[in-house]
Amino acid sequence: MTGYTEKIREAAKRLLTEKKVDCFIGFRKGSVPMVNYPVIVSDPAKADELIWDANCAMNLANYVIGRKDKVGILATGCVARNLVTLVQENQIKREQLYIIGLPCSGMIDKSQVIDKYGDVEIVSVIDKGDTFAVEAGDKTDVLKKADFLSRNCKICAHHNPIEYDEIIGDKVADPETYIKPEDVKKSESMSDAERWEFFEKTFSPCIRCYACRNACPMCYCPTCFVDESRPQWVGKSSDETDTLTFHFLRALHLAGRCTDCGACERACPIDIPVRYLTSRLNADAKEIYGFESGLDPKMRPLLDHYKLDDLNDFFK
Amino acid sequence: MTTKSFTKDALIKAADGLRKSYRVFVPVKVGKFHEFKLFEDGDKPDFEYRKTRKSPKGLIFPQSERMLEYSIDEHKPDHHIMKESPKDYSPQVVFGIRPYDAMSFKVMDVNFDTEDYKDPWWIKRYAATTLVGICRNDLDSKMFATENFSGPYDIRGLDVALYDLGDKYIAKSLTEKGEKALAAMGGNDVSAAELAAIEKLTPDTNAPQAAPTDKIKEKVVNDLFDSTMWEDIANGCINCGACTFLCPTCWCFDIQDEIHKREGDRLRIWDSCMFPLYTLHASGHNPRGKKVQRVRNRFMHKIKYYLDKYEKGIMCVGCGRCVEACPVNIDIRRVCELMNNFTK
Ligand code: SF4
Ligand code: SF4
Ligand code: SF4
Ligand code: SF4
Ligand code: SF4
Repeated sequence: MTGYTEKIREAAKRLLTEKKVDCFIGFRKGSVPMVNYPVIVSDPAKADELIWDANCAMNLANYVIGRKDKVGILATGCVARNLVTLVQENQIKREQLYIIGLPCSGMIDKSQVIDKYGDVEIVSVIDKGDTFAVEAGDKTDVLKKADFLSRNCKICAHHNPIEYDEIIGDKVADPETYIKPEDVKKSESMSDAERWEFFEKTFSPCIRCYACRNACPMCYCPTCFVDESRPQWVGKSSDETDTLTFHFLRALHLAGRCTDCGACERACPIDIPVRYLTSRLNADAKEIYGFESGLDPKMRPLLDHYKLDDLNDFFK
Repeated sequence: MTTKSFTKDALIKAADGLRKSYRVFVPVKVGKFHEFKLFEDGDKPDFEYRKTRKSPKGLIFPQSERMLEYSIDEHKPDHHIMKESPKDYSPQVVFGIRPYDAMSFKVMDVNFDTEDYKDPWWIKRYAATTLVGICRNDLDSKMFATENFSGPYDIRGLDVALYDLGDKYIAKSLTEKGEKALAAMGGNDVSAAELAAIEKLTPDTNAPQAAPTDKIKEKVVNDLFDSTMWEDIANGCINCGACTFLCPTCWCFDIQDEIHKREGDRLRIWDSCMFPLYTLHASGHNPRGKKVQRVRNRFMHKIKYYLDKYEKGIMCVGCGRCVEACPVNIDIRRVCELMNNFTK
């Protein structure tokens, strides 16, 4: 993925100059390690600010919602699936998008890297393909990317964008069979009481900043249920019941829509593994209905179509 | 002003000893991050922590707090009468707070305690709080100096300063509250050499680079407000509350009623100008309905309005928490620079 930057700049410049798109959504290098800055470029001269590396983990599909113009956008496997889901859900028209597909071998898990160094401050992180160089304190280590991949990237089934107008780079091998996430397996082996305890312990430290919700391209409701005041569905204090309610409802609203892009988890300022809930729902969608979100713009979302052979043994 | 010396072990004992007369809050690692927690038996305070992820502002200004309570049950004689909920104003010590976090309370105090308005809960809790801070050279590269924080030895916000000299701490009381707490902490007499060592640690020692804000005062508010730079600054923002909720100097709150059956609570809860709900009127109109307006407000409030209104520098102690936690790298230092260099 390290060779993408030049090609991205070239494509953005070309699309903007030829007026094929009105703006181009990508990343600019961030001012701190492992966080890049999403930008919307409309001047071809600014295309040279664009970069790509394994720290471009926030989901750019977030920025197309509600746009009226024609948008060029970079899309990894998951981002392309989010774009498709947004098209299915009428948040943007397919014709408005010019998707530059980027086969993706995975993003670096920022919090795992920070944990490794503890109190030693990380000065820079440079993507080198299969490895990355971390400058921390007074030394530089070269670490294997495979050991520090984001948790969602480790189980990603669609590294290559399925929907695109142009693709940059060579395809990455996808796993041949479905990988059930370890977290899901773990939760299945727990009793109800254990599961509840785990849920409470994991989610109650949440500070209700809603970075997870806002980082997610599928969370675009004009008024989120937590913000609704007539009626008030959820209390707004840091009362544990309200916090936990926010989390399970947020997850349920993503059933059959989440693409496991990991942006929610990445955005959390206090590292709450919010994907625990959505990845469980993704596994259900896959195992019960054979459904994965965002694979085909012509297909309907999971929860708005019905098939005669759908699982229905809950009807008694 | 009293000075005392403590070995590193003795300092933990001193904090423990204070529990007899105060509620003592100490830095403890909870999960992945350090936070200030009520010192209880078995807790292991870690005074050499680098920075707490959440700022300690909640100790004086809790994220949610029951202000008043009432009943709407008309069978009760005092129905529909708001009564103050019980609150704990017993003396508390925040032990091991860093100078920037201590200064943040001073920055917020100008809002909660003014000529015209006095917030009773803030004032009482701030008055009941003694800040025993640790000065050590432990800033990181995301931190910066402002008028309200010059460096690790800037002791303006503290009641007691504990200078970390490597193998020991030298304590210096700075206020009456501090004097009282230090008297209860014990400690050994300080030698002339130790005194000389801490005198060398001035507010400028190991100072980080300052955020460029020197020219902001002279800019016309409306020119800055109307600038086109806000579009570019705001583009990536996802309008979450990570920056303002972690920030030690953000003071905004919302007031909400919660009723269970016929008993109600009136709560005050942190709010953030990044949320669309923050300015939503009952009519449905939202004067800051667009993201760019909200992002502009955050920075204009911190870097321009506060500066102009109070003449006490910008509303920021340079702790760098927002820089670290923003998922999309909106960096207040860059915004300061853009505002400082702005020309109409
Ligand atoms: S819930 Fe999280 S992982 Fe799923 S699409 Fe939203 S941001 Fe991505
Ligand atoms: S980002 Fe983290 S702290 Fe913020 S609401 Fe989501 S889980 Fe809670
Ligand atoms: S650096 Fe950011 S978090 Fe810290 S005081 Fe300034 S605005 Fe607040
Ligand atoms: S920056 Fe926003 S949230 Fe923070 S104090 Fe100012 S208006 Fe309030
Ligand atoms: S500046 Fe960053 S942390 Fe603050 S609201 Fe915007 S995205 Fe969230």
